[in-house]
Amino acid sequence: MKVMAQMAMVMNLDKCIGCHTCSVTCKQAWTNRTGTEYVWFNNVETRPGQGYPRTYEDQSRWEGGWTLNKRGRLQLKAGGRLKNLLTIFASPKQPSIDQYYEPWTYDYENLTDAPLQEHTPVVRPKSLLTGQDMKVSWSANWDDDLGGGPQLLRDDPVLAQVSDKVKLEFEQTFMFYLPRICEHCLNPSCAASCPSGAIYKRSEDGIVLVDQDACRGWRKCVTGCPYKKVYFNHRTGKAEKCTFCFPRVEVGLPTVCSETCVGRLRYIGLVLYDADRVLEAASEPDETKLLAAQRSVLLDPHDPAVQREAERAGIPRDWVEAAQRSPVWHLISRYEIALPLHPEYRTMPMVWYIPPLSPVVDVVAETGEDAERADNLFAAIEHLRIPVEYLAGLFTAGDTAPVTGVLKRLAAMRSYMRDINLGRDADASIPESVGMDPDEMYAMYRLLALAKYDERYVIPSAHAEQAHALEELATECALDYDGGPGMGGSGPFGEGSGGAYLNDPIAVENFHMLKQRQTTDTVADPASRKARVNLLNWDGKSTPDGLFPPRPGPDGADLREPASDDSAAVVQPRPAGGQPGGPAGAGTAGGPLEPGVVPGEPGSRSPGDPSRGGDEGPADGSGTGGGAR
Amino acid sequence: MTSTLDVVLWVVVPYVCLAVFVLGHVWRYRYDKFGWTTRSSQLYESRLLRWASPMFHFGILFVFLGHVMGLGIPKSWTRAVGMSDELYHFLAISIGTVAGVCTVVGMALLIWRRRTVGPVFSATTRMDKVMYLVLAVVIALGMWNTIAGSILNLGGHYDYRDGVSVWFRGIFRFDLHPELMAEAPIGFQLHGMSAMLLFALWPFTRLVHVFSAPVGYLWRPYVVYRSQGPNRLGTRADRRGWERVGAGDRPGDR
Repeated sequence: MKVMAQMAMVMNLDKCIGCHTCSVTCKQAWTNRTGTEYVWFNNVETRPGQGYPRTYEDQSRWEGGWTLNKRGRLQLKAGGRLKNLLTIFASPKQPSIDQYYEPWTYDYENLTDAPLQEHTPVVRPKSLLTGQDMKVSWSANWDDDLGGGPQLLRDDPVLAQVSDKVKLEFEQTFMFYLPRICEHCLNPSCAASCPSGAIYKRSEDGIVLVDQDACRGWRKCVTGCPYKKVYFNHRTGKAEKCTFCFPRVEVGLPTVCSETCVGRLRYIGLVLYDADRVLEAASEPDETKLLAAQRSVLLDPHDPAVQREAERAGIPRDWVEAAQRSPVWHLISRYEIALPLHPEYRTMPMVWYIPPLSPVVDVVAETGEDAERADNLFAAIEHLRIPVEYLAGLFTAGDTAPVTGVLKRLAAMRSYMRDINLGRDADASIPESVGMDPDEMYAMYRLLALAKYDERYVIPSAHAEQAHALEELATECALDYDGGPGMGGSGPFGEGSGGAYLNDPIAVENFHMLKQRQTTDTVADPASRKARVNLLNWDGKSTPDGLFPPRPGPDGADLREPASDDSAAVVQPRPAGGQPGGPAGAGTAGGPLEPGVVPGEPGSRSPGDPSRGGDEGPADGSGTGGGAR
Repeated sequence: MTSTLDVVLWVVVPYVCLAVFVLGHVWRYRYDKFGWTTRSSQLYESRLLRWASPMFHFGILFVFLGHVMGLGIPKSWTRAVGMSDELYHFLAISIGTVAGVCTVVGMALLIWRRRTVGPVFSATTRMDKVMYLVLAVVIALGMWNTIAGSILNLGGHYDYRDGVSVWFRGIFRFDLHPELMAEAPIGFQLHGMSAMLLFALWPFTRLVHVFSAPVGYLWRPYVVYRSQGPNRLGTRADRRGWERVGAGDRPGDR
């Protein structure tokens, strides 16, 4: 037994309202840059639907994940090592940008620059790949909420498996949302496909990362990942993927997608697993037994033998304790209501899902029957073959029994808790009918319905002695982007080249960025026309000239000479002389940073001048100009 | 009798270019690991690439092997293993022509694609354009030498194995023969000179990806686990002057 720790996630699909907050915040945090416009580390798909990229689940076409070869041995579905290398010059099974979508922006400038004319000027969509006009015909959520109707739904690969029974009459259909991130698999096929060995699994917490310095852009990982969650940054020529927000997780914070989830449907925690058994479990010949095989790889952190082995493997004691409290382990192994997405890809995905009961409840409610009664719900689960089979296609390789089991437990919990909430006697036969005892059912209810922040996210922080090892382990270069803080624009050999040594690590970048935002209190400085910025191309992170007021750095480097700005008066004036107790004084770098003032720099302040207080304005003291930034 | 110009062209220039080639790669690898990539454009367009790119790359691999044979192996060696000059010539011409045609057609398609497909063209850097130009000139001249010189025998027969090859090997053995190149036909002279230019450009272009050919993939374990070694912070070595110090009670301390 070789015990390893794995960060895992569970999402409760019943709670997902499809608001895309997770996607948006993730994008803001990680992929808001040129080259990754089309990239969504986190996306929310409406199911049934084609998903993103389109039809990614059709592995007969995209050949992602693993398969068993004739001798029953595990092999990459796209082919063995030699074939993988021989097809390196044009990866044959890679989605093109059409399967994702061509990113675009709008020519908003036309609204203000257009000459006087009879008709209202319009903004045209412009491709972010070519800069040319384009016709927008697809995007990441084009089929959101079943948009596009039966026409687009036909191409859902999961639906195709059960389609002979599906009428897909629009008013009889069902839908739910499926948020997806990288699965951080135990047996990652992206890593196995990478010719350069740049994708690796962190042995500390199992997070799968791309070493940006080692990636050579062979793009085999895109083919290898059956979930299509490794993306090709078309500007830097490197693969990028969900990082499980490792800088946050290392200090005990949940990922951005979890933190901002409105429905609070995500759970994060550790699981311990037996690394020696992963290959054997992934090689299970019967696809429908893969779910059980995957569960069996996970270890019970309460088992003294496991604890002993964990200690031998160097897993800290508090990590084992965190694994015992892990909501993820409880949902997967104790209550057995969480299921992995597409276990048949044999990658042992580590983002698990609690399948939604809502379609069933809705149907029962529509019939006028009591939708909270266990019997009614049980009968409906048996009766509603289509949703159940569809869910089985997603979570259990087509075997409906585990899905039915989960839905029955959820239904039982509903009716059991209704009795308690209404002050009636709790009916112990309900938990029994689904193989649980009442205490266990109540605990499950607590975890699903009431769990607070620190119960949903049980994340042991990395240890001080590990901190060195973990810090900036891999993806710092993901910040090397056009105009980014580490870059100063495009390098001599193309986007993102050069400057590797000049980069700020993530922590430093965040610190400066935050400080800058906190100490900035005026709108942008439109002093010169040249400094005007096209906000469309602003990636949200860089600080192009003129977008922000000069940063009141202690070295005064960013301060401008207001006298030379003929239009300085346009800027919102602030009272000269400063207000030591005012917001400007409170928020900016005050006394402690004073020694950094460079004498002779235009606009540098005299440290001894008490009238200036905390005001960072230039020292000429003239009326409006003095306070203008 | 060699003139100063010959010495400059066929001794000084090659050494300068090869020095730039070697040192340039060392420098680029240290300075720009992040930029060391193929910069694939497959995401933008794959229909043309699917045919053109393997054609070009496999073609150029065989062309490279042919050059290793032709430039690297002396006539005496092939004779010693019993290969007649005629057989050698036949093999070189037949395999070389097929490989050369693949390379040229593939390259033409790739350049055409790069110019005409919008997203690919806008992702093309200035350095790319220079590189494509030089690479195309080198390949075109090489093809010309093969067809005109060795197949059609235009301008009389020239045996490069007694001329260019001896000169080329001499560069590495410090046994300099600029006069051999000075006597070579103009086509070979231009091919050699443009190749030297390409070598000098090489480390500063995307061609560096040649040196990351992932042969090790055939032997390494499928899934890579990584834990930081105790003596390194991050993926890059510490910069000089920033080595960490510690009390020695943690694994990361020296």
